[in-house]
Amino acid sequence: MPEIAIPKSTISKTAGIRRPHIVVRIFQALKLPVNDPFAVAGLVIYLVFVVAAVFADQIATHDPTEILYTPSYDLAADLRPGQDGFLMGTTSLGRDIFSQLVYGSRSALLIGVTAAFMVALIGSIIGLVAGYFGRWVDAVLMRLADIAFGIPFLPFVIVLAAFLQPSIWNVVIAMALVLWRDTARVIRSQVLTLRTRGYVEAARVAGSSDFKIILRHIAPNILPLSFLYGSIAIGWAILTEASISFLGFGDPDSISWGYMLQDAFASQALAKQAYYWFVPPGVCIILVVSAGFFITAVMKTSFSRS
Amino acid sequence: MNIATRKTDVLVSVHDARLHYRVGGAFAAMRGKSTVVKAVDGVTFDIRRGESVGLLGESGCGKTSMGRLLLKLEETTGGSIHFDGEELGKVQRKGLKTFRSRAQLIFQNPFDAINPRFSIRATLSEPLENAGIPRGEREGRIIKALELVRLPEPAQFLDRYPHQLSGGQLQRVVMARALILQPEFVVADEPVSMLDVSVRAGVLNVFRDVRDRLGLTAIYISHDLALVRYVCERTIVMYLGRIMEDGPTEDIVHQPLHPYTKALVAAVPVPNPDQSHDPLPIGRGAPDPRNPPSGCVFRDRCPSAHARCAAEVPQPRQVGTRTVACHLF
Amino acid sequence: MTEAFLSVRNLRVSYQVGRNFVHAVDGASFDIPKGSITGLVGESGCGKTTVARALTRVIADNATISGGQILFNGKDLARIPEKEMNALRWRDIAFIPQSAMNSLDPVYTVEYQLGEVLRRRGGMSRAQARKRSEELFDMVGIDPGRLTDYPHQFSGGMRQRVAIALALALDPKLIIADEPVTALDVIVQRQILDQLKELQTRLGLSVILVTHDISVVAYICDRTVVMYAGKVAESGSMQAALTAPSHPYTMGLRNAFPDLQGAASGVLTPIEGAPPNLANPPTGCRFKPRCPFALDLCGSEPPVVDVAPGHPVLCHRASESAALRIEAAKTETWMARA
Repeated sequence: MPEIAIPKSTISKTAGIRRPHIVVRIFQALKLPVNDPFAVAGLVIYLVFVVAAVFADQIATHDPTEILYTPSYDLAADLRPGQDGFLMGTTSLGRDIFSQLVYGSRSALLIGVTAAFMVALIGSIIGLVAGYFGRWVDAVLMRLADIAFGIPFLPFVIVLAAFLQPSIWNVVIAMALVLWRDTARVIRSQVLTLRTRGYVEAARVAGSSDFKIILRHIAPNILPLSFLYGSIAIGWAILTEASISFLGFGDPDSISWGYMLQDAFASQALAKQAYYWFVPPGVCIILVVSAGFFITAVMKTSFSRS
Repeated sequence: MNIATRKTDVLVSVHDARLHYRVGGAFAAMRGKSTVVKAVDGVTFDIRRGESVGLLGESGCGKTSMGRLLLKLEETTGGSIHFDGEELGKVQRKGLKTFRSRAQLIFQNPFDAINPRFSIRATLSEPLENAGIPRGEREGRIIKALELVRLPEPAQFLDRYPHQLSGGQLQRVVMARALILQPEFVVADEPVSMLDVSVRAGVLNVFRDVRDRLGLTAIYISHDLALVRYVCERTIVMYLGRIMEDGPTEDIVHQPLHPYTKALVAAVPVPNPDQSHDPLPIGRGAPDPRNPPSGCVFRDRCPSAHARCAAEVPQPRQVGTRTVACHLF
Repeated sequence: MTEAFLSVRNLRVSYQVGRNFVHAVDGASFDIPKGSITGLVGESGCGKTTVARALTRVIADNATISGGQILFNGKDLARIPEKEMNALRWRDIAFIPQSAMNSLDPVYTVEYQLGEVLRRRGGMSRAQARKRSEELFDMVGIDPGRLTDYPHQFSGGMRQRVAIALALALDPKLIIADEPVTALDVIVQRQILDQLKELQTRLGLSVILVTHDISVVAYICDRTVVMYAGKVAESGSMQAALTAPSHPYTMGLRNAFPDLQGAASGVLTPIEGAPPNLANPPTGCRFKPRCPFALDLCGSEPPVVDVAPGHPVLCHRASESAALRIEAAKTETWMARA
């Protein structure tokens, strides 16, 4: 029994009739704190890269895979930033680094978002089912999660890439197959507490089917959690793709930041002191991944508070 | 609901019902630690149509588990429960749907029993929707149900959310949800224990009034004999999963027979300055459901326990108007 | 001795909620005589727990004592520096929180936790602390052999006994217990109350018992302070408050309570409505919206009237209380407003 019962309605009533802006409402629904500097910084970084990814065709100055030539018809290889109009220089094969970077954000976004979606979706469904039905369903699914926890992630992706065609989608598939475990476990434990809430039992007594109870009474409460684990997966996906490409198991036909790093490494960037080959993609990876973690860290604290 | 046309007088019949839980895992079992908790252990009673029965006992006595068994929210691990002649264990699918509309639960904590994301309208629509009541009829039924539980001007509540209602109002909504499908049987699990004293009486009065008006058969689960006495003509006293005494409430209040009931009645606090301060006729300590004594489960706290109580489980015996499970009778 | 041992004068405690201030306690005054048990009764949100906590100055971060005095041993506890207050806690005033489970740390044995208090705050040696712990367990009726147990090994009632032992550790003069038996079953509740009463008599303690249950008050208290919506509605001897209540709220409370000793046909009468929202309390008497005897003049601040010596009542119609009592006993009186 709360000692001081202050109906929330009377406090929020002073805010007046105007409903907050739709963007603010979405943020609130997802428990994204709009007033935290870290969260805002993270969101701004995301926004910049999303714009780059969407308008890559317009922003990029060249085709990222095209081997370019200087106006004097020499191979445009190993050019320093700014030289001959190449914004960030060129690779040892004569490709434009700025354009690669821009198109790299497209693959990063593609991989990040699809992996996040898969991980959140599979993890949430398994977590919901295991937590809600309990008993043997729970036992089977959680033992599967234990097995997934036992799989070393990076080697798994490499083996998968060896079996399948090298493709950026290998990372997505691998993440969907393995990383649902974290999401599922957390969501399951959340469902276990939600399941004991009176209103869930009330819905049962009212004759609602299990499916309806999960959909109406439980899923809305775990949605922010799915979103949180989804956003964590974005960073993981980008990092994993970078590692895989760097190790040489990536898709040779698509440009990603990891591919750029691998290219730089193979071209002996360090010996040539060609920092402009590996610093830009490295910085992009760090920026996007840490932006994701900024947002999720703030989300996590707002969870534990509520 | 026409009661007269029914064949038998008994609506609910519980025979030797058991609910045993296994606690701890395989490891606890290997170390020889007792792992079975007998929440309900061999309970037998009948409830006649229109009767109001109080299930009385301390926490851990199995009263709430018993209530859940009666509503098929939990399956018996032994014995049987019949509802209107049908065995609950065999009720499935379509039958379960019908049963859910005939037997309802009133929850203990109104602040928890309604989804905070749902408006009152959405909350009360859920059972109607499940019962296949057409959309157009729902609002009228909702208003009627809210009137039944005496919420003034019910229309104004429809679009409100739980946090905008007081505890007393919320508990009335919980009752309205239970009654909206016109059930015959209602289990109320400590429905006023979370409410303030000044509003409790209002909710209890609505409960009594609705029960009489609809001719409901009711189970009222409580640890408070004074409340049970206010709503039930018959009381079943439980201790560690078993029935100690079962009989008319007034007889139990004025002349308890079982030693446990005696202590329970003596312990009920009364709001009068002049009352007995004699020590209770019961030993210290608390019932431990994981490790109940042999024979009579109450013997370790019983002032009149003797050798036979340890050796033999007392069987329920008819004593006048009552059934008592004690070797003294 | 009728001289006040602790005297609360016009106490105000405010919570900051967002940009608003909520006066959870808004001008409470009462006296606690020496060697008595005083019941502080009221519904949830009436400010009884806040008052109890303010007396030890252990209040929430967003709460402040915004006015009034707490006079104890010639000091104003509302004003003395924190260091001085800290010296009084446990030695002079001990607090038993609502949930005994939460006041005990699950990872340490009970003996360790008692020893901690006795050695740190009481300056005892290890051996002295051990002896005193055994003595305390004996006093509250637990086998001293169980000192080495962990909190989870005790039942709810036992834990409450441990909490009492902990409060008694340094021989305080005043014990403030916040709903000490609320979570317990009736039999255990009765046994704990008996224990508390016995200790209070034996040690000559003064006890403030915060509760929502007037039957607990009837069972063990000597005096009663009834609170409603942040104010003291009436205070006086337990006998007077229960057999001859003078504030309409107390009268209503009495009607709403089931009585096992009463007639079987008795009808309980609720007080319609709900306590006011303290962020925005009604002007004048705060009970007015629920009171069957409210008049126009109740829209203004009610006076404190002494209906008998030591029995102040916060009501415009306090002088008519004998007549109102007769009306209040009838169910129709309370139904008329519904």
